[in-house]
Amino acid sequence: MNRVTFTIDGKEVKAIRGQTILKAADAAGVFIPRLCAYRDLTPNGSCRVCSVRVNGRIQAACVQTVAEGAIVENETPELLEYRRNIVDMLFVEGNHFCMFCEKSGFCELQALAYRFGIKAPRYPFLYPKRDLDMSHPHVFLDHNRCILCGRCVRASQDMDGKNVFQFVERGGRKRLQVNGDSLSETDLKATDEAVSVCPVGALMKKRVGYEVPVGRRRYDEKPIGDDIEMKGEK
Amino acid sequence: MATKASKGKTYTILPVTRVEGHGKVTIHMNDAGVVEYARLHIVEFRGFERFILGRPFWEVPVMVQRLCGICPVSHHLAAAKAMDRIVGGEQLTPTAEKIRRLMHYGQMFQSHALHFFHLSSPDFLFGADGTAESGFAAPPAKRNIIAVAREFPKLAVQGVMMRKYGQEVILATAGKKIHGTGAVPGGVNKNLSVAERDALLKDVDQMTAWARSAVTIARDYTMEHLAELAPFGSFDSNHLSLVRESDGALDLYDGVLRAVDKDRNMILVDVNCQRYLDVLMEEVRPWSYMKFPFLKELGPDHGWYRVGPLARLNTATFIDTDEAYTAHKEFRELQKDRSNNITMCYHWARMIELLHSIEKIRELLLDTDLQGKELLTSGPRREEAVAIIEAPRGTLFHHYRVNRNDEVTMCNLIVSTTNNNEPMNRAVTKVAKDHFSGRREIPEKLLNYIEVAIRAYDPCLSCATHALGGMPLVVELYDAGGGLVARRVRGAGQPV
Repeated sequence: MNRVTFTIDGKEVKAIRGQTILKAADAAGVFIPRLCAYRDLTPNGSCRVCSVRVNGRIQAACVQTVAEGAIVENETPELLEYRRNIVDMLFVEGNHFCMFCEKSGFCELQALAYRFGIKAPRYPFLYPKRDLDMSHPHVFLDHNRCILCGRCVRASQDMDGKNVFQFVERGGRKRLQVNGDSLSETDLKATDEAVSVCPVGALMKKRVGYEVPVGRRRYDEKPIGDDIEMKGEK
Repeated sequence: MATKASKGKTYTILPVTRVEGHGKVTIHMNDAGVVEYARLHIVEFRGFERFILGRPFWEVPVMVQRLCGICPVSHHLAAAKAMDRIVGGEQLTPTAEKIRRLMHYGQMFQSHALHFFHLSSPDFLFGADGTAESGFAAPPAKRNIIAVAREFPKLAVQGVMMRKYGQEVILATAGKKIHGTGAVPGGVNKNLSVAERDALLKDVDQMTAWARSAVTIARDYTMEHLAELAPFGSFDSNHLSLVRESDGALDLYDGVLRAVDKDRNMILVDVNCQRYLDVLMEEVRPWSYMKFPFLKELGPDHGWYRVGPLARLNTATFIDTDEAYTAHKEFRELQKDRSNNITMCYHWARMIELLHSIEKIRELLLDTDLQGKELLTSGPRREEAVAIIEAPRGTLFHHYRVNRNDEVTMCNLIVSTTNNNEPMNRAVTKVAKDHFSGRREIPEKLLNYIEVAIRAYDPCLSCATHALGGMPLVVELYDAGGGLVARRVRGAGQPV
């Protein structure tokens, strides 16, 4: 009785009652793109990249739980266009210079753009003036690249048992704030989970740089989501 | 448009094509119609030295190479060499140093091939226009690589394939053909696999043969046209470059600073790169964004110098690869004990370096250190570092300060073309004086003379810009008081 059956793009998927659509899809080898969702972190449904249609209504797959007989649409031209727009806007809202960013090849935002076939931004760049916090001896925070996904906020609280990051302000002025005047005044450690969950090049360990050569980086050969889709093929 | 003027006048040529980036040339004439001086204005502004401030130091080698799409490896390696010192890792592991050198020779090979075959060969191959007035007066429609491909297909293919080979070397060592990430502070991020090595070795004989033949083409062309080439844009000058510290040999990757005068007397004796500010200064002039460097001891009037292939072959005691060694000796024979001050000899010198580069590439490919696993090293941190490298176009200086938070707090770059600023102005002035004085019109061929003189230096006026076909030019004529008298405009590929 704890099992439910539903479909994603016509494919029958079995899931555990109470599971999110995103988790059920992952287990079934169906990739639903996402940015703010990360493994076992409590989902917060903020980035909307994982938007799917559930029985005709748009829902965030990372927070919407499965229901018996639900019809989920994932890879439709309409949803792809929505997702493209979100990623497009994230690019122009910050200062993302992939050409020299050390996260290139590992960056989920960049990898999604490639997967969605985005070759150039459609919206004008905002070029916001943002800071770079280099005060911590082992970690740096580049606000230019922050997409406000909140992974570090949740990881610091839920996994590290700390409260290093929070959001402040609202709307277009919303930004990530650290619990102190600068990163060096917090109790953040380079080994904290919060540092490793950033999908972009905003929160990074120092002096790692370009240690992995081009061609051997995570998304050089295979697109993002390939690991999930491989499960489906098996 | 007619260019009648009774008073002194100025001609402006804008932009300059088949060089990298944008430039503008003005020719200033006096009331008698005689050229007094000419200027090469650099009107682009890049600002890298400013916007690198505050960034993490390990980003710098990848970021600053975006200055250029033709010789990014030079900036990549110069910045990496500086950052080696910041992390205390300037004594690289043998694998790291050899991988970097291989990358650098690949870069030198492709850049020199590009310049000679793609950019300069139209000047040589289509020289005669029937008037027998000059070897650089071919019609604009023929002065491009497309025409070379049509009429000299074998040569064009060689040029393309040599450039491609150099790019493959860069790909194997830097991860990408353009703007790779191979050099990191304290070393490299990859070695060369056996498969990569074998793929490169496969073509090295062919590349060497073509490079050898390119030296012959450049030498024969120079010797056959010496009467015209020797005075063309030429003047006596000092010459500066890196040389190998131990024996003064040509070394394009590392070494000490050496300068010789017009007679090849040493005027700067093997100075450690960290001390460059003790011996060099830069002068600012209000009409150009590009500064004018000079040797401090001699002052701005006498201390300016040339850099690049011609300078390197004047400063180096010898070349340490067999064929280039012989070619260098032959090159030296032309001027005996003096420095070679013939501007157009840059091309011959460049091809000798092309041959040297492929010889070095072969030597390195056969070295098993390239398959080593020790890629990185480090030591006590420093907060300031200078690195100098010989880029294809000449000596390139990178100077940084990095604070304890790993932020770059100061950056000073003196690029090759900046070092050649005064010489290029002199070359343009010489050509203008020799060929422009007393004229009332601006013949098409005259514009190309000026470009040929500038192109000998293979200048990189910053970003990668290529124009095929006729040169887009603007010529402006000013009277002695600075008033615009006439203006002549031609777009790319259009007749004047």
